[in-house]
Amino acid sequence: MTPIHYLRCFAGITTREWLRFLNQRGRFFSALVRPLVWLAIFATGFHFVLGVSIIPPYETYIPYEVYIAPGLIAMVLLFNGMLISLSMVYDREMGSMRILMVSPLPRWFLLTAKLLAGVVLSVLQAYAFLLIALLWDIVPPLYGYITVLPALILSGLMMGALGLLLSSAIRQLENFASVMNFVIFPMFFASSALYPLWHVKEASLPLYYVCEANPFTHAVELIRFALYGRIEPVSTVVLVAATAIFLTLAVYGYDPAKGLMQRRAAE
Amino acid sequence: MTDLPALSIEGLGHSFGPRRVLNNVSFSVAAGDFTVLLGLNGAGKTTLFSLATRLYVQRDGIIRIFGMDIRERASECLQRIGVVFQQPTLDLDLSVEHNLFYHAALHGLSHRETAQRIAMEIERVGLADQRRDKVRRLSGGQRRRVEIARCLLHRPRLLLLDEPTVGLDIASRQFMLDHMRRLCREEGIAALWATHLIDEVGEGAKVVVLHKGEVRAVGAAAQLLGQTRTPSMRAAFESLVQEERAAA
Repeated sequence: MTPIHYLRCFAGITTREWLRFLNQRGRFFSALVRPLVWLAIFATGFHFVLGVSIIPPYETYIPYEVYIAPGLIAMVLLFNGMLISLSMVYDREMGSMRILMVSPLPRWFLLTAKLLAGVVLSVLQAYAFLLIALLWDIVPPLYGYITVLPALILSGLMMGALGLLLSSAIRQLENFASVMNFVIFPMFFASSALYPLWHVKEASLPLYYVCEANPFTHAVELIRFALYGRIEPVSTVVLVAATAIFLTLAVYGYDPAKGLMQRRAAE
Repeated sequence: MTDLPALSIEGLGHSFGPRRVLNNVSFSVAAGDFTVLLGLNGAGKTTLFSLATRLYVQRDGIIRIFGMDIRERASECLQRIGVVFQQPTLDLDLSVEHNLFYHAALHGLSHRETAQRIAMEIERVGLADQRRDKVRRLSGGQRRRVEIARCLLHRPRLLLLDEPTVGLDIASRQFMLDHMRRLCREEGIAALWATHLIDEVGEGAKVVVLHKGEVRAVGAAAQLLGQTRTPSMRAAFESLVQEERAAA
């Protein structure tokens, strides 16, 4: 197998994800409606309740809608990451996963290709959200639309890798609901998406540490800084490390010699 | 390479926890052979296929594809294998054509090459008019034909077919059997056809009888009749299974 074979394989996996995405237009709209509901209802409701002092990267007081926008972009990526997971579990239940797994290319590549294909879709939806968010006067500097791209890709990779890891551990499609309760909600709420961490620190020190350890917080902060052309180095390092760990564990989970597939068959 | 068996299994064993599902399984399939792996449900056929396609990794025994150990040269082995699993594996929401393109891409084929091969294979299974239909709209028999066309796209030299006719009507079953035998005869492809349906064992076929994870007999259908001194394949199979029971 030469590099061109790898490239064709990646193109095939991406095309399939695109076709499935186009077949499920509702998925696109629900991915956008979810954060827009937060923006239109939650942010409006809390506009005068939650005050946001001047914190980096902002140089002046900002409306609450502007503060939570990066968190909502990260929410789009998080849900898409979980959709990668759902798609893997669905493929396993429907049998089409087997076709992927008996491909001659190595599994780490197949899983990474699947992850990258999902990230491409995630990033496009994040940009679609940013476009609609203009209606709420969420207007980052023009260069911010470009500088945010690497942050979106890295955050998308981290959440997609987490999705892949979860898919290797979830036995049945029915168990997927627990992902909502035990992954999505805790990750979102125990983060800096809705409130600055200094607020959390004042209220509860243990919760503050949980938020600091939560990779979702770092995705939010990386996006927040990147929208203003700035790099958040700690968040970058945390996201790169988290992506590497999640992806390595996912590849391990799908390895026929060591992972969960064999153990699952035994049950 | 052609002198080597397409598939060679030696001393293969496998356990799920304490449960032994395959025990010291050995047989081979030569190029151009249509070999029937005959066994009741639970005999270990699907586990054997999962090991031969590296969905599971075998720890006991050796599986060789054209002389290559699948543990050491998995990629090269998988390039030479075409598989039809017992469970349907098509994406129902994609068209026939898109399913085939996806499979070809997983094997690194170019778009142009794939388009030519799809046209040929889809014609051979009689589904040229349905190539743009979503798989969900096809009948069970048509879906199986698509899977047959798909498993041939990358020009494999060994086909592994795990109960491919389950749930099909008589005409579809006969089509599948005839098509597969023709491929073996005319193109020298080796096929291992797992089934629990005794009437799928043709006169010229080589048979491997698998029962409770063990090979009970290997040989041409006529040989097994002679060996068991029975008039039909059904009687031969029952005799082999009973022998096992008596021995137990």
